[in-house]
Amino acid sequence: MEQLHTYMQNTGLNPGGWRKYFSFFRMRFFMGLQYRTAAIAGMATQFFWGMMEILLYNAFYKADAAAFPMSFRALTSYIWLQQAFLTLFGAWMFENEIFDAIVDGNLAYEMCRPVNVYNMWFSRSMAMRFSRVCLRCLPILLVAGLLPEPYGMSLPASALHGLLFAVTIFLCALVVVACTMLVYVLTFYTISPVGLRMVYVCAVDFLCGAIIPLPFLPDGLQRVIELLPFASMQNVPLRIYGGSMSGGEMVRAIGLQIVWIVVLIAVGRMLCARAMKKVIVQGG
Amino acid sequence: MIANQNGQKRSLRRSIRLYGAYISMNVRSIMQYKASFLLSVIGQFLVSFNVFLGVFFMFQRFSKVRGFSYQEVLLCFSLFLMEFTLAEMFARGFDSFSGIVRQGTFDRILVRPVSPVLQVLGSRFELTRIGRMVQAVIMFACGLSESGVHWTLPKIVTVLFMLIGGSALFTGMFMIYAALCFFTLEGLEFMNVFTDGAREYGKYPLGVYGKRMLQITTFVIPYALVQYYPFLYIIGRSTNAVYMFLPLAAVLFLAPCYGLWRFGVRRYQSSGS
Repeated sequence: MEQLHTYMQNTGLNPGGWRKYFSFFRMRFFMGLQYRTAAIAGMATQFFWGMMEILLYNAFYKADAAAFPMSFRALTSYIWLQQAFLTLFGAWMFENEIFDAIVDGNLAYEMCRPVNVYNMWFSRSMAMRFSRVCLRCLPILLVAGLLPEPYGMSLPASALHGLLFAVTIFLCALVVVACTMLVYVLTFYTISPVGLRMVYVCAVDFLCGAIIPLPFLPDGLQRVIELLPFASMQNVPLRIYGGSMSGGEMVRAIGLQIVWIVVLIAVGRMLCARAMKKVIVQGG
Repeated sequence: MIANQNGQKRSLRRSIRLYGAYISMNVRSIMQYKASFLLSVIGQFLVSFNVFLGVFFMFQRFSKVRGFSYQEVLLCFSLFLMEFTLAEMFARGFDSFSGIVRQGTFDRILVRPVSPVLQVLGSRFELTRIGRMVQAVIMFACGLSESGVHWTLPKIVTVLFMLIGGSALFTGMFMIYAALCFFTLEGLEFMNVFTDGAREYGKYPLGVYGKRMLQITTFVIPYALVQYYPFLYIIGRSTNAVYMFLPLAAVLFLAPCYGLWRFGVRRYQSSGS
């Protein structure tokens, strides 16, 4: 029993142990809130980006409305939410401090702490993303909501869709962070993060629907991509909100999200634990 | 008078030689890290390849957008990407200028008997952008063979004008970005809208975004002069020969940019530590 208890404590499964990860989260969260000027500049940029996207899709809609795979209202909501929550979804958002810790050996200090490295980095990454989103999302949504009819953002398709949006956006954040954790952990094995990070960002950007929403892809391709963990990211909440997904589709998508969260975290923790056992600290 | 002209010629020749030396220095230093260079080239390629994929799949679903076919869009996209990439390769020094100002390195630049612009231009030469260039050239080749454009000498000259005007315009944008650093000491992220944003949305002919956007990009930030109008002339949608020379008019945009830069240099107060 005692053994099990220490094991649980070491791996961070101990319920009481969660408190320390929550303080990591809180610490990072408030640190992130300090970057207000960057947030204002970012909001202006994202607002421009969203406007251009909508003007572009508007041109395609006028060219052939029948070929449009979702309603135009659903699309405008998709784009504005995408811009507002960009810093929650962004595949490119890595913490250089973590890479540095792995590459230059500062990891040794982290290992001395009585915490599980995986959990600590996980809570840290969640905190960074949530703090940035808190700063940025409301003003963008507010302005987008005030825009005139075809360009502005509309309310969720139904109360249920709105509720499920809130649930799935949280699940989506877990998938995103679990995936970036895999990249961090794999850096233990590759030493240099550059190549891995680059390929990851490019692949995810396309596969998660950040370049164009997944329904715009050809049907066969879309069906395959939707099984990948990347489709469990922004694709799910953004489409649920506007009603581009409904009924059984939503249930299936949420189920898949949960499966991927479990699998990704399990694999990440396993690889991390293995790397920790034979880590060779570089540099001094 | 003649002596003065000779002097100017000599100083120009000297500047060009110096700039050549800067470039060769930059290239040699990049080549010390071949693996990292190669990775960056691939990265540059992949990033803009994603943008291409977006365009490609949109046209799998839609056959035309505002009357432009896929091949035509490809041609327009590749030309604009080339303009941007040329400017970025040669003038990216302006982009990292906030660092030069903040660290006080600009003081050192000012005391040297060479024009500051030349030194900032020479401070970086981004050979890694060759990855993006390769993609632009491939897309251009595809667009070229399939768009059914009837190529004539004036059209080929228009392409050259577009490359010159476009890279000048982007260089001007980088210059404004740098000049603003004199006042703010840090790079203004919002300026990215006018450079990276333009590159991103210049993938489609600017007329696609509607009349308002076309007016802005014609009269305020003249991207349409190096993209939309000459492109209409190339694909034969317009026979107005004036469109051919509009990219050269965009070169004039460099004048106010340079003015702002000069104003900044005159106001510059050292900030180093």
